[in-house]
Amino acid sequence: MPARFRIVAQAIAVLLAMVAIAAIPAGIELFTVMQLTLFAAMAVLALSLAFIWGFGGILSFGQTAFFGLGGYAYAVAAINFQDSTPAILLAIVVPALFAAVLGYFVFFGRISDVYLGVITLTVTLILFNCVNSTSGEEYHIGKALLGGFNGMPSVPTFNMPFDPSQVLSPEQSWYITAGALLAVFLLLRLLLALPAGRVIVAVRENEVRASLLGYDPRLIKCLTFILGGAIAGLAGALYVNWGAFVSPTIFSLSLSAEIIIWITVGGLGTLLGPIVGCVLIEYIVANIGSQQLLNSNLVLGAVLLVFVLLLPKGLVPTARDLLLRLVPAPRPKVERLDETLSSQAAPPHPAGAE
Amino acid sequence: MAELVPLLKAEHLTMRFGGVVANDDITFTLDEMELRCLIGPNGAGKSTFFKTLTGQLVPTSGAIAFRGLPIAGKESHQIARMGIGIKTQVPNVFNGLSVRENIWLAVRRRATPRQQGPAVNAVLEMIRLTDHADRIVATLAHGQRQWVEIGMVLAAEPELILLDEPAAGMTDEETFHTAAIIREINQTRAIIVVEHDMEFIKQIAKKVTVFHQGRVLVEDTVSKVLADQRVRDVYLGKKVAA
Repeated sequence: MPARFRIVAQAIAVLLAMVAIAAIPAGIELFTVMQLTLFAAMAVLALSLAFIWGFGGILSFGQTAFFGLGGYAYAVAAINFQDSTPAILLAIVVPALFAAVLGYFVFFGRISDVYLGVITLTVTLILFNCVNSTSGEEYHIGKALLGGFNGMPSVPTFNMPFDPSQVLSPEQSWYITAGALLAVFLLLRLLLALPAGRVIVAVRENEVRASLLGYDPRLIKCLTFILGGAIAGLAGALYVNWGAFVSPTIFSLSLSAEIIIWITVGGLGTLLGPIVGCVLIEYIVANIGSQQLLNSNLVLGAVLLVFVLLLPKGLVPTARDLLLRLVPAPRPKVERLDETLSSQAAPPHPAGAE
Repeated sequence: MAELVPLLKAEHLTMRFGGVVANDDITFTLDEMELRCLIGPNGAGKSTFFKTLTGQLVPTSGAIAFRGLPIAGKESHQIARMGIGIKTQVPNVFNGLSVRENIWLAVRRRATPRQQGPAVNAVLEMIRLTDHADRIVATLAHGQRQWVEIGMVLAAEPELILLDEPAAGMTDEETFHTAAIIREINQTRAIIVVEHDMEFIKQIAKKVTVFHQGRVLVEDTVSKVLADQRVRDVYLGKKVAA
Protein backbone atom coordinates (compact mmCIF):
# COMPACT_ATOMS: atom_id res chain seq x y z
CA MET A 1 0.00 0.00 0.00
CA PRO A 2 1.45 3.39 -0.94
CA ALA A 3 2.54 5.38 2.08
CA ARG A 4 0.48 8.44 1.18
CA PHE A 5 -2.70 6.38 0.82
CA ARG A 6 -2.09 4.84 4.22
CA ILE A 7 -1.66 8.20 5.90
CA VAL A 8 -4.87 9.50 4.35
CA ALA A 9 -6.72 6.34 5.35
CA GLN A 10 -5.46 6.65 8.91
CA ALA A 11 -6.42 10.32 9.12
CA ILE A 12 -9.93 9.45 7.93
CA ALA A 13 -10.15 6.64 10.52
CA VAL A 14 -9.12 9.04 13.31
CA LEU A 15 -11.68 11.59 12.10
CA LEU A 16 -14.41 8.93 12.07
CA ALA A 17 -13.44 7.88 15.60
CA MET A 18 -13.71 11.50 16.77
CA VAL A 19 -17.12 11.90 15.16
CA ALA A 20 -18.29 8.65 16.76
CA ILE A 21 -17.06 9.76 20.18
CA ALA A 22 -18.88 13.07 19.80
CA ALA A 23 -22.10 11.51 18.49
CA ILE A 24 -22.49 8.61 20.92
CA PRO A 25 -24.09 10.43 23.91
CA ALA A 26 -26.73 11.99 21.67
CA GLY A 27 -27.95 8.76 20.13
CA ILE A 28 -27.61 6.27 22.98
CA GLU A 29 -29.24 5.99 26.38
CA LEU A 30 -27.24 6.99 29.42
CA PHE A 31 -26.78 3.50 30.83
CA THR A 32 -25.10 2.34 27.63
CA VAL A 33 -22.93 5.46 27.52
CA MET A 34 -21.77 4.68 31.06
CA GLN A 35 -20.99 1.13 30.04
CA LEU A 36 -19.03 2.36 27.02
CA THR A 37 -17.14 4.72 29.33
CA LEU A 38 -16.08 1.71 31.41
CA PHE A 39 -15.00 -0.15 28.28
CA ALA A 40 -12.97 2.84 27.12
CA ALA A 41 -11.19 3.05 30.50
CA MET A 42 -10.42 -0.66 30.31
CA ALA A 43 -9.24 -0.25 26.72
CA VAL A 44 -6.64 2.26 27.93
CA LEU A 45 -5.44 -0.45 30.31
CA ALA A 46 -5.38 -2.89 27.37
CA LEU A 47 -3.25 -0.42 25.39
CA SER A 48 -0.70 -0.20 28.21
CA LEU A 49 0.00 -3.93 28.08
CA ALA A 50 -0.42 -4.06 24.29
CA PHE A 51 2.44 -1.58 24.08
CA ILE A 52 4.91 -3.15 26.50
CA TRP A 53 4.10 -6.74 25.50
CA GLY A 54 3.39 -6.41 21.80
CA PHE A 55 6.08 -3.86 20.99
CA GLY A 56 8.48 -3.96 23.93
CA GLY A 57 8.43 -7.73 24.30
CA ILE A 58 7.82 -7.45 28.06
CA LEU A 59 5.10 -9.80 29.29
CA SER A 60 3.90 -8.36 32.56
CA PHE A 61 1.44 -10.54 34.42
CA GLY A 62 0.81 -7.72 36.82
CA GLN A 63 -0.24 -4.76 34.76
CA THR A 64 -3.06 -4.30 37.28
CA ALA A 65 -0.41 -3.29 39.84
CA PHE A 66 -0.04 0.01 37.99
CA PHE A 67 -3.74 0.19 37.20
CA GLY A 68 -4.54 -0.20 40.90
CA LEU A 69 -1.85 2.21 42.03
CA GLY A 70 -3.22 4.76 39.58
CA GLY A 71 -6.72 4.21 40.90
CA TYR A 72 -5.69 4.55 44.53
CA ALA A 73 -3.40 7.50 43.82
CA TYR A 74 -6.30 9.25 42.13
CA ALA A 75 -8.75 8.44 44.91
CA VAL A 76 -6.43 9.52 47.73
CA ALA A 77 -5.42 12.72 45.96
CA ALA A 78 -8.96 13.58 44.87
CA ILE A 79 -10.26 13.21 48.43
CA ASN A 80 -7.42 15.27 49.86
CA PHE A 81 -7.35 18.05 47.29
CA GLN A 82 -11.07 17.93 46.42
CA ASP A 83 -9.90 18.67 42.87
CA SER A 84 -9.32 16.03 40.21
CA THR A 85 -6.70 17.98 38.23
CA PRO A 86 -3.65 17.18 40.41
CA ALA A 87 -5.17 13.79 41.23
CA ILE A 88 -5.11 12.70 37.58
CA LEU A 89 -1.51 13.82 37.31
CA LEU A 90 -0.59 11.85 40.42
CA ALA A 91 -2.42 8.81 39.05
CA ILE A 92 0.05 8.89 36.16
CA VAL A 93 3.19 9.86 38.07
CA VAL A 94 2.91 7.46 41.04
CA PRO A 95 2.60 4.25 38.96
CA ALA A 96 5.33 5.53 36.62
CA LEU A 97 7.70 6.00 39.56
CA PHE A 98 6.78 2.59 40.91
CA ALA A 99 7.42 1.10 37.46
CA ALA A 100 10.77 2.89 37.36
CA VAL A 101 11.88 1.33 40.66
CA LEU A 102 10.57 -2.13 39.79
CA GLY A 103 11.91 -1.86 36.23
CA TYR A 104 15.33 -0.81 37.47
CA PHE A 105 15.75 -3.97 39.53
CA VAL A 106 14.16 -6.27 36.98
CA PHE A 107 15.90 -5.04 33.82
CA PHE A 108 19.23 -3.85 35.18
CA GLY A 109 19.39 -7.05 37.24
CA ARG A 110 19.02 -8.95 33.95
CA ILE A 111 16.16 -11.05 35.21
CA SER A 112 14.88 -13.45 32.54
CA ASP A 113 11.45 -13.20 30.92
CA VAL A 114 9.90 -16.01 32.95
CA TYR A 115 10.94 -14.47 36.26
CA LEU A 116 9.73 -11.09 35.05
CA GLY A 117 6.27 -12.65 34.75
CA VAL A 118 6.56 -14.20 38.21
CA ILE A 119 7.79 -10.97 39.81
CA THR A 120 5.11 -8.75 38.29
CA LEU A 121 2.49 -11.29 39.35
CA THR A 122 3.85 -11.39 42.88
CA VAL A 123 4.04 -7.61 43.15
CA THR A 124 0.36 -7.43 42.26
CA LEU A 125 -0.48 -9.96 44.98
CA ILE A 126 1.60 -8.06 47.53
CA LEU A 127 -0.14 -4.80 46.69
CA PHE A 128 -3.53 -6.52 46.89
CA ASN A 129 -2.77 -7.93 50.32
CA CYS A 130 -1.26 -4.68 51.62
CA VAL A 131 -4.23 -2.57 50.57
CA ASN A 132 -6.61 -5.29 51.69
CA SER A 133 -5.33 -5.10 55.25
CA THR A 134 -5.77 -1.36 55.68
CA SER A 135 -9.21 -1.35 57.30
CA GLY A 136 -9.52 0.85 60.35
CA GLU A 137 -9.21 4.47 61.29
CA GLU A 138 -5.41 4.31 61.62
CA TYR A 139 -4.86 3.66 57.90
CA HIS A 140 -5.29 6.96 56.20
CA ILE A 141 -3.36 9.22 53.87
CA GLY A 142 -4.26 12.78 54.76
CA LYS A 143 -8.05 12.91 54.86
CA ALA A 144 -8.45 9.74 52.81
CA LEU A 145 -9.29 6.54 54.67
CA LEU A 146 -7.96 3.54 52.77
CA GLY A 147 -10.79 1.32 53.98
CA GLY A 148 -9.17 -2.09 53.56
CA PHE A 149 -11.28 -4.67 51.80
CA ASN A 150 -14.27 -2.35 51.63
CA GLY A 151 -12.31 0.12 49.55
CA MET A 152 -12.89 3.86 49.30
CA PRO A 153 -16.45 4.94 48.54
CA SER A 154 -17.65 8.24 47.12
CA VAL A 155 -14.39 9.31 45.52
CA PRO A 156 -14.84 12.72 43.86
CA THR A 157 -15.16 12.25 40.11
CA PHE A 158 -13.52 14.43 37.46
CA ASN A 159 -14.17 18.15 37.48
CA MET A 160 -13.26 20.90 35.07
CA PRO A 161 -9.51 21.56 35.27
CA PHE A 162 -8.75 23.59 38.45
CA ASP A 163 -12.46 24.20 39.04
CA PRO A 164 -13.73 21.65 41.60
CA SER A 165 -17.20 23.23 41.67
CA GLN A 166 -17.89 22.10 38.11
CA VAL A 167 -18.16 18.31 38.26
CA LEU A 168 -18.33 16.60 34.90
CA SER A 169 -21.60 15.01 33.81
CA PRO A 170 -21.60 11.34 32.72
CA GLU A 171 -21.63 12.50 29.10
CA GLN A 172 -18.62 14.72 29.68
CA SER A 173 -16.90 11.83 31.43
CA TRP A 174 -17.49 9.79 28.30
CA TYR A 175 -15.85 12.49 26.19
CA ILE A 176 -12.86 12.57 28.52
CA THR A 177 -12.47 8.79 28.77
CA ALA A 178 -12.95 8.06 25.07
CA GLY A 179 -10.81 11.08 24.23
CA ALA A 180 -8.06 9.77 26.51
CA LEU A 181 -8.28 6.40 24.79
CA LEU A 182 -7.92 8.00 21.37
CA ALA A 183 -5.10 10.24 22.59
CA VAL A 184 -3.15 7.33 24.11
CA PHE A 185 -3.68 5.33 20.94
CA LEU A 186 -2.40 8.16 18.74
CA LEU A 187 0.49 8.88 21.09
CA LEU A 188 1.64 5.26 20.92
CA ARG A 189 1.20 5.16 17.14
CA LEU A 190 3.28 8.30 16.85
CA LEU A 191 5.94 6.96 19.22
CA LEU A 192 6.18 3.71 17.28
CA ALA A 193 6.65 5.62 14.03
CA LEU A 194 9.45 7.72 15.52
CA PRO A 195 13.06 6.48 15.74
CA ALA A 196 12.68 5.88 19.49
CA GLY A 197 9.75 3.54 18.82
CA ARG A 198 11.66 1.65 16.17
CA VAL A 199 14.45 1.08 18.67
CA ILE A 200 11.94 -0.30 21.20
CA VAL A 201 10.73 -2.77 18.58
CA ALA A 202 14.31 -3.62 17.64
CA VAL A 203 15.07 -4.54 21.25
CA ARG A 204 12.01 -6.79 21.25
CA GLU A 205 13.23 -8.43 18.06
CA ASN A 206 16.79 -9.09 19.19
CA GLU A 207 18.25 -7.80 22.42
CA VAL A 208 21.76 -9.11 21.72
CA ARG A 209 21.94 -7.47 18.32
CA ALA A 210 20.62 -4.20 19.71
CA SER A 211 23.32 -4.11 22.37
CA LEU A 212 26.02 -5.07 19.85
CA LEU A 213 24.96 -2.02 17.82
CA GLY A 214 25.37 0.20 20.85
CA TYR A 215 21.81 0.40 22.19
CA ASP A 216 21.33 -0.30 25.89
CA PRO A 217 18.46 -2.82 26.03
CA ARG A 218 18.15 -2.52 29.81
CA LEU A 219 17.46 1.20 29.64
CA ILE A 220 15.14 0.92 26.65
CA LYS A 221 13.08 -1.85 28.25
CA CYS A 222 12.95 0.06 31.52
CA LEU A 223 11.65 3.20 29.78
CA THR A 224 9.08 1.13 27.87
CA PHE A 225 7.94 -0.42 31.13
CA ILE A 226 7.64 3.01 32.77
CA LEU A 227 5.51 4.37 29.92
CA GLY A 228 3.32 1.26 30.17
CA GLY A 229 2.96 1.85 33.91
CA ALA A 230 2.01 5.49 33.39
CA ILE A 231 -0.69 4.57 30.86
CA ALA A 232 -2.06 1.85 33.15
CA GLY A 233 -2.16 4.44 35.95
CA LEU A 234 -4.16 6.82 33.78
CA ALA A 235 -6.54 3.93 33.06
CA GLY A 236 -6.88 3.46 36.83
CA ALA A 237 -7.91 7.09 37.29
CA LEU A 238 -10.44 6.79 34.44
CA TYR A 239 -11.82 3.64 36.02
CA VAL A 240 -12.25 5.22 39.45
CA ASN A 241 -13.87 8.24 37.83
CA TRP A 242 -16.38 5.92 36.21
CA GLY A 243 -17.43 4.21 39.43
CA ALA A 244 -16.53 6.89 42.03
CA PHE A 245 -15.23 3.93 44.00
CA VAL A 246 -12.02 1.93 44.38
CA SER A 247 -11.37 -1.32 46.22
CA PRO A 248 -8.47 -3.79 46.42
CA THR A 249 -10.09 -5.99 43.77
CA ILE A 250 -8.63 -3.47 41.31
CA PHE A 251 -5.34 -5.36 41.88
CA SER A 252 -6.97 -8.72 41.27
CA LEU A 253 -5.22 -11.49 39.39
CA SER A 254 -8.32 -12.27 37.36
CA LEU A 255 -8.21 -8.79 35.84
CA SER A 256 -4.50 -9.21 35.10
CA ALA A 257 -5.29 -12.42 33.27
CA GLU A 258 -8.20 -10.78 31.47
CA ILE A 259 -5.91 -8.13 29.94
CA ILE A 260 -3.79 -10.88 28.47
CA ILE A 261 -6.93 -12.49 27.04
CA TRP A 262 -8.03 -9.17 25.49
CA ILE A 263 -4.70 -8.88 23.73
CA THR A 264 -4.57 -12.50 22.61
CA VAL A 265 -8.06 -12.23 21.18
CA GLY A 266 -7.53 -8.85 19.56
CA GLY A 267 -4.04 -9.50 18.26
CA LEU A 268 -0.63 -9.16 19.86
CA GLY A 269 1.67 -6.69 18.15
CA THR A 270 -1.12 -4.30 17.19
CA LEU A 271 -2.67 -1.39 19.08
CA LEU A 272 -6.14 -1.61 17.55
CA GLY A 273 -6.53 -5.32 18.30
CA PRO A 274 -6.34 -5.10 22.09
CA ILE A 275 -8.95 -2.30 22.08
CA VAL A 276 -11.28 -4.47 20.00
CA GLY A 277 -10.53 -7.51 22.16
CA CYS A 278 -11.12 -5.56 25.36
CA VAL A 279 -14.48 -4.12 24.32
CA LEU A 280 -15.64 -7.43 22.89
CA ILE A 281 -14.69 -9.51 25.94
CA GLU A 282 -15.96 -6.93 28.41
CA TYR A 283 -19.24 -6.79 26.51
CA ILE A 284 -19.56 -10.57 26.64
CA VAL A 285 -18.67 -10.66 30.36
CA ALA A 286 -21.14 -7.88 31.15
CA ASN A 287 -23.93 -9.71 29.35
CA ILE A 288 -23.12 -13.06 30.89
CA GLY A 289 -23.22 -11.41 34.29
CA SER A 290 -26.91 -10.67 33.79
CA GLN A 291 -27.89 -14.33 33.38
CA GLN A 292 -27.32 -17.44 35.47
CA LEU A 293 -26.91 -20.16 32.86
CA LEU A 294 -23.17 -19.93 32.22
CA ASN A 295 -20.31 -18.95 34.44
CA SER A 296 -18.40 -16.03 32.94
CA ASN A 297 -14.98 -17.51 33.70
CA LEU A 298 -15.99 -20.67 31.85
CA VAL A 299 -16.92 -18.60 28.80
CA LEU A 300 -13.71 -16.55 29.02
CA GLY A 301 -11.66 -19.72 29.15
CA ALA A 302 -13.52 -21.17 26.18
CA VAL A 303 -13.06 -17.96 24.16
CA LEU A 304 -9.33 -17.99 24.90
CA LEU A 305 -9.03 -21.65 23.90
CA VAL A 306 -10.89 -21.09 20.65
CA PHE A 307 -8.70 -18.13 19.75
CA VAL A 308 -5.42 -19.78 20.63
CA LEU A 309 -6.35 -22.84 18.58
CA LEU A 310 -8.16 -21.29 15.62
CA LEU A 311 -7.04 -17.66 15.38
CA PRO A 312 -3.63 -17.62 17.06
CA LYS A 313 -2.82 -14.25 15.52
CA GLY A 314 -5.93 -12.64 16.95
CA LEU A 315 -8.81 -10.76 15.33
CA VAL A 316 -7.16 -7.68 13.87
CA PRO A 317 -4.12 -9.34 12.22
CA THR A 318 -6.35 -12.09 10.82
CA ALA A 319 -8.80 -9.53 9.41
CA ARG A 320 -5.89 -7.61 7.90
CA ASP A 321 -4.52 -10.73 6.22
CA LEU A 322 -7.97 -11.58 4.84
CA LEU A 323 -8.36 -8.06 3.51
CA LEU A 324 -4.97 -8.21 1.81
CA ARG A 325 -5.97 -11.47 0.19
CA LEU A 326 -9.44 -10.30 -0.88
CA VAL A 327 -8.32 -6.99 -2.34
CA PRO A 328 -5.81 -7.82 -5.04
CA ALA A 329 -3.69 -5.13 -6.60
CA PRO A 330 -5.49 -3.45 -9.54
CA ARG A 331 -2.63 -4.28 -11.91
CA PRO A 332 -0.63 -7.12 -10.39
CA LYS A 333 2.95 -6.12 -10.91
CA VAL A 334 5.74 -8.47 -9.93
CA GLU A 335 6.77 -6.08 -7.20
CA ARG A 336 3.29 -5.97 -5.71
CA LEU A 337 2.97 -9.76 -5.75
CA ASP A 338 6.26 -10.00 -3.93
CA GLU A 339 5.02 -7.67 -1.22
CA THR A 340 1.82 -9.65 -0.64
CA LEU A 341 3.77 -12.86 -0.44
CA SER A 342 6.16 -11.51 2.10
CA SER A 343 3.37 -10.05 4.21
CA GLN A 344 1.70 -13.45 4.33
CA ALA A 345 4.88 -15.21 5.25
CA ALA A 346 5.68 -12.60 7.86
CA PRO A 347 6.07 -13.66 11.49
CA PRO A 348 3.06 -13.49 13.81
CA HIS A 349 3.51 -9.85 14.66
CA PRO A 350 5.32 -7.68 12.13
CA ALA A 351 6.37 -4.55 13.87
CA GLY A 352 3.98 -1.67 13.96
CA ALA A 353 1.92 -3.01 11.11
CA GLU A 354 -1.78 -2.57 11.53
CA MET B 1 56.81 10.20 22.52
CA ALA B 2 55.34 6.95 23.72
CA GLU B 3 55.28 3.75 21.77
CA LEU B 4 52.34 3.33 19.38
CA VAL B 5 49.34 1.82 21.13
CA PRO B 6 47.99 -1.26 19.30
CA LEU B 7 44.33 -1.16 18.25
CA LEU B 8 43.52 -4.21 20.34
CA LYS B 9 45.57 -5.90 23.00
CA ALA B 10 44.43 -8.88 25.06
CA GLU B 11 46.74 -10.02 27.81
CA HIS B 12 46.61 -13.31 29.69
CA LEU B 13 42.94 -13.62 28.91
CA THR B 14 41.28 -16.60 30.58
CA MET B 15 37.63 -17.63 30.39
CA ARG B 16 36.44 -20.51 32.50
CA PHE B 17 33.00 -22.13 32.46
CA GLY B 18 32.98 -24.22 35.60
CA GLY B 19 35.72 -26.77 34.98
CA VAL B 20 36.02 -26.02 31.26
CA VAL B 21 38.69 -23.56 30.23
CA ALA B 22 37.47 -22.06 26.95
CA ASN B 23 40.23 -19.45 26.70
CA ASP B 24 43.47 -20.19 28.51
CA ASP B 25 45.96 -17.37 29.02
CA ILE B 26 45.54 -15.83 25.57
CA THR B 27 47.72 -12.90 24.61
CA PHE B 28 46.76 -11.30 21.33
CA THR B 29 47.70 -8.04 19.65
CA LEU B 30 46.13 -6.43 16.61
CA ASP B 31 47.49 -3.35 14.86
CA GLU B 32 45.54 -0.54 13.23
CA MET B 33 44.19 -1.51 9.79
CA GLU B 34 45.26 -5.10 10.21
CA LEU B 35 43.35 -8.02 8.70
CA ARG B 36 43.70 -11.11 10.84
CA CYS B 37 42.25 -14.56 10.36
CA LEU B 38 41.46 -16.72 13.35
CA ILE B 39 41.25 -20.44 12.72
CA GLY B 40 41.07 -23.54 14.83
CA PRO B 41 38.96 -26.66 15.27
CA ASN B 42 35.51 -26.54 16.87
CA GLY B 43 35.77 -25.79 20.56
CA ALA B 44 39.13 -24.06 20.22
CA GLY B 45 37.70 -20.95 21.88
CA LYS B 46 37.39 -18.60 18.92
CA SER B 47 33.79 -17.57 19.49
CA THR B 48 34.36 -17.32 23.23
CA PHE B 49 37.26 -14.98 22.50
CA PHE B 50 34.96 -12.83 20.35
CA LYS B 51 32.35 -12.80 23.09
CA THR B 52 34.81 -11.53 25.67
CA LEU B 53 35.95 -8.84 23.22
CA THR B 54 32.37 -7.60 22.76
CA GLY B 55 31.24 -7.76 26.36
CA GLN B 56 28.89 -10.69 25.91
CA LEU B 57 31.08 -12.55 28.40
CA VAL B 58 33.17 -11.18 31.23
CA PRO B 59 36.60 -12.86 31.23
CA THR B 60 37.55 -14.81 34.35
CA SER B 61 40.91 -13.06 34.39
CA GLY B 62 43.15 -11.03 32.13
CA ALA B 63 42.87 -7.65 30.46
CA ILE B 64 41.65 -6.36 27.12
CA ALA B 65 42.56 -2.90 25.88
CA PHE B 66 41.04 -1.18 22.86
CA ARG B 67 43.34 1.68 21.83
CA GLY B 68 44.75 1.53 25.33
CA LEU B 69 41.36 1.76 27.05
CA PRO B 70 40.35 -1.25 29.16
CA ILE B 71 37.16 -2.92 27.92
CA ALA B 72 37.04 -6.26 29.75
CA GLY B 73 33.89 -6.34 31.85
CA LYS B 74 32.20 -3.41 30.14
CA GLU B 75 28.65 -3.81 28.83
CA SER B 76 28.19 -4.82 25.18
CA HIS B 77 26.58 -1.53 24.21
CA GLN B 78 29.43 0.48 25.76
CA ILE B 79 32.01 -1.50 23.80
CA ALA B 80 29.93 -1.13 20.64
CA ARG B 81 29.87 2.64 21.15
CA MET B 82 33.67 2.65 21.49
CA GLY B 83 33.86 1.24 17.96
CA ILE B 84 33.86 -2.54 17.92
CA GLY B 85 31.30 -4.21 15.67
CA ILE B 86 30.64 -7.92 15.41
CA LYS B 87 28.86 -10.36 13.13
CA THR B 88 28.11 -13.28 15.41
CA GLN B 89 28.32 -16.94 14.49
CA VAL B 90 24.58 -17.56 14.76
CA PRO B 91 23.04 -14.70 12.76
CA ASN B 92 21.75 -12.01 15.09
CA VAL B 93 19.35 -9.89 13.05
CA PHE B 94 16.03 -8.19 13.68
CA ASN B 95 13.89 -10.90 12.08
CA GLY B 96 10.55 -9.12 12.23
CA LEU B 97 11.80 -5.89 10.65
CA SER B 98 12.55 -5.02 7.04
CA VAL B 99 16.05 -5.15 5.61
CA ARG B 100 16.09 -1.37 5.32
CA GLU B 101 15.09 -0.95 8.94
CA ASN B 102 17.77 -3.37 10.11
CA ILE B 103 20.44 -1.33 8.35
CA TRP B 104 18.91 1.95 9.47
CA LEU B 105 19.09 0.90 13.13
CA ALA B 106 22.86 0.53 12.72
CA VAL B 107 23.32 3.73 10.71
CA ARG B 108 21.23 5.76 13.12
CA ARG B 109 23.78 5.62 15.91
CA ARG B 110 26.41 7.54 13.95
CA ALA B 111 24.59 9.60 11.29
CA THR B 112 22.47 12.74 11.44
CA PRO B 113 18.87 12.27 10.20
CA ARG B 114 19.81 13.95 6.93
CA GLN B 115 22.70 11.56 6.27
CA GLN B 116 20.80 8.42 7.23
CA GLY B 117 18.88 7.80 3.99
CA PRO B 118 21.88 7.93 1.65
CA ALA B 119 24.02 5.95 4.11
CA VAL B 120 21.42 3.17 4.30
CA ASN B 121 21.16 3.06 0.50
CA ALA B 122 24.93 2.84 0.15
CA VAL B 123 25.08 -0.14 2.51
CA LEU B 124 22.13 -1.84 0.76
CA GLU B 125 24.01 -1.40 -2.50
CA MET B 126 27.17 -2.89 -1.04
CA ILE B 127 25.45 -5.99 0.32
CA ARG B 128 23.39 -6.21 -2.89
CA LEU B 129 19.99 -6.25 -1.21
CA THR B 130 18.62 -3.00 -2.68
CA ASP B 131 15.87 -4.95 -4.47
CA HIS B 132 14.89 -6.67 -1.24
CA ALA B 133 15.10 -3.60 1.00
CA ASP B 134 11.45 -3.70 2.05
CA ARG B 135 11.23 -7.40 2.72
CA ILE B 136 10.98 -8.74 6.25
CA VAL B 137 14.32 -10.28 7.17
CA ALA B 138 12.73 -13.52 8.42
CA THR B 139 11.56 -14.26 4.85
CA LEU B 140 15.06 -14.05 3.36
CA ALA B 141 17.32 -16.99 2.57
CA HIS B 142 20.03 -17.85 5.09
CA GLY B 143 22.82 -16.39 2.97
CA GLN B 144 20.91 -13.13 2.56
CA ARG B 145 20.34 -12.89 6.30
CA GLN B 146 24.08 -13.25 6.77
CA TRP B 147 24.40 -10.28 4.43
CA VAL B 148 21.94 -8.26 6.45
CA GLU B 149 24.03 -8.80 9.55
CA ILE B 150 27.27 -7.95 7.77
CA GLY B 151 25.52 -4.87 6.39
CA MET B 152 24.52 -3.80 9.89
CA VAL B 153 28.08 -4.17 11.13
CA LEU B 154 29.42 -2.13 8.20
CA ALA B 155 26.68 0.48 8.55
CA ALA B 156 27.76 1.26 12.10
CA GLU B 157 31.26 2.05 10.78
CA PRO B 158 33.18 0.57 13.70
CA GLU B 159 36.94 0.93 14.03
CA LEU B 160 37.36 -2.79 14.53
CA ILE B 161 35.17 -5.37 12.81
CA LEU B 162 34.85 -8.92 14.11
CA LEU B 163 33.38 -11.44 11.68
CA ASP B 164 32.51 -14.88 13.04
CA GLU B 165 32.17 -17.24 10.07
CA PRO B 166 30.90 -14.63 7.60
CA ALA B 167 30.81 -17.07 4.67
CA ALA B 168 28.90 -19.86 6.42
CA GLY B 169 25.93 -20.97 4.34
CA MET B 170 26.91 -18.87 1.33
CA THR B 171 27.33 -20.04 -2.24
CA ASP B 172 30.79 -19.88 -3.85
CA GLU B 173 29.82 -16.73 -5.68
CA GLU B 174 28.55 -15.10 -2.49
CA THR B 175 31.69 -16.16 -0.64
CA PHE B 176 33.78 -14.55 -3.35
CA HIS B 177 31.79 -11.34 -2.99
CA THR B 178 32.26 -11.45 0.78
CA ALA B 179 36.02 -11.74 0.34
CA ALA B 180 35.96 -8.74 -2.00
CA ILE B 181 34.02 -6.68 0.55
CA ILE B 182 36.37 -7.69 3.35
CA ARG B 183 39.37 -6.58 1.35
CA GLU B 184 37.62 -3.33 0.52
CA ILE B 185 36.71 -2.41 4.09
CA ASN B 186 40.19 -3.42 5.22
CA GLN B 187 41.44 -0.39 3.28
CA THR B 188 40.14 1.79 6.10
CA ARG B 189 39.69 -0.40 9.18
CA ALA B 190 40.92 -3.44 11.07
CA ILE B 191 39.16 -6.77 10.81
CA ILE B 192 39.37 -10.11 12.59
CA VAL B 193 37.74 -13.01 10.74
CA VAL B 194 36.94 -16.44 12.14
CA GLU B 195 36.51 -18.91 9.30
CA HIS B 196 36.70 -22.62 8.57
CA ASP B 197 36.71 -22.32 4.80
CA MET B 198 40.40 -22.48 3.82
CA GLU B 199 39.74 -21.30 0.27
CA PHE B 200 38.13 -18.21 1.73
CA ILE B 201 41.05 -17.63 4.07
CA LYS B 202 43.53 -17.92 1.21
CA GLN B 203 41.53 -15.24 -0.63
CA ILE B 204 41.78 -12.68 2.13
CA ALA B 205 44.40 -13.62 4.69
CA LYS B 206 47.63 -11.93 5.52
CA LYS B 207 48.37 -13.04 9.06
CA VAL B 208 46.70 -16.03 10.68
CA THR B 209 46.32 -16.97 14.35
CA VAL B 210 45.56 -20.60 15.15
CA PHE B 211 43.61 -21.42 18.30
CA HIS B 212 43.76 -24.86 19.80
CA GLN B 213 42.17 -26.00 23.06
CA GLY B 214 41.76 -22.43 24.22
CA ARG B 215 45.34 -21.41 23.56
CA VAL B 216 47.17 -19.69 20.74
CA LEU B 217 48.98 -22.47 18.93
CA VAL B 218 50.79 -20.48 16.29
CA GLU B 219 50.61 -17.04 14.71
CA ASP B 220 52.20 -16.37 11.31
CA THR B 221 51.58 -15.61 7.64
CA VAL B 222 49.02 -17.74 5.88
CA SER B 223 51.53 -19.79 3.88
CA LYS B 224 53.67 -20.57 6.91
CA VAL B 225 50.65 -21.51 9.00
CA LEU B 226 49.39 -23.85 6.32
CA ALA B 227 52.82 -25.46 6.13
CA ASP B 228 53.10 -25.88 9.90
CA GLN B 229 52.99 -29.54 10.89
CA ARG B 230 51.30 -28.91 14.24
CA VAL B 231 48.50 -26.97 12.55
CA ARG B 232 48.01 -29.80 10.07
CA ASP B 233 47.83 -32.25 12.91
CA VAL B 234 45.24 -30.45 15.01
CA TYR B 235 43.03 -29.05 12.37
CA LEU B 236 43.90 -28.93 8.74
CA GLY B 237 45.26 -32.43 8.21
CA LYS B 238 42.55 -33.76 5.96
CA LYS B 239 41.73 -30.60 4.10
CA VAL B 240 45.25 -29.62 3.09
CA ALA B 241 46.24 -33.18 2.25
CA ALA B 242 43.22 -33.52 -0.01
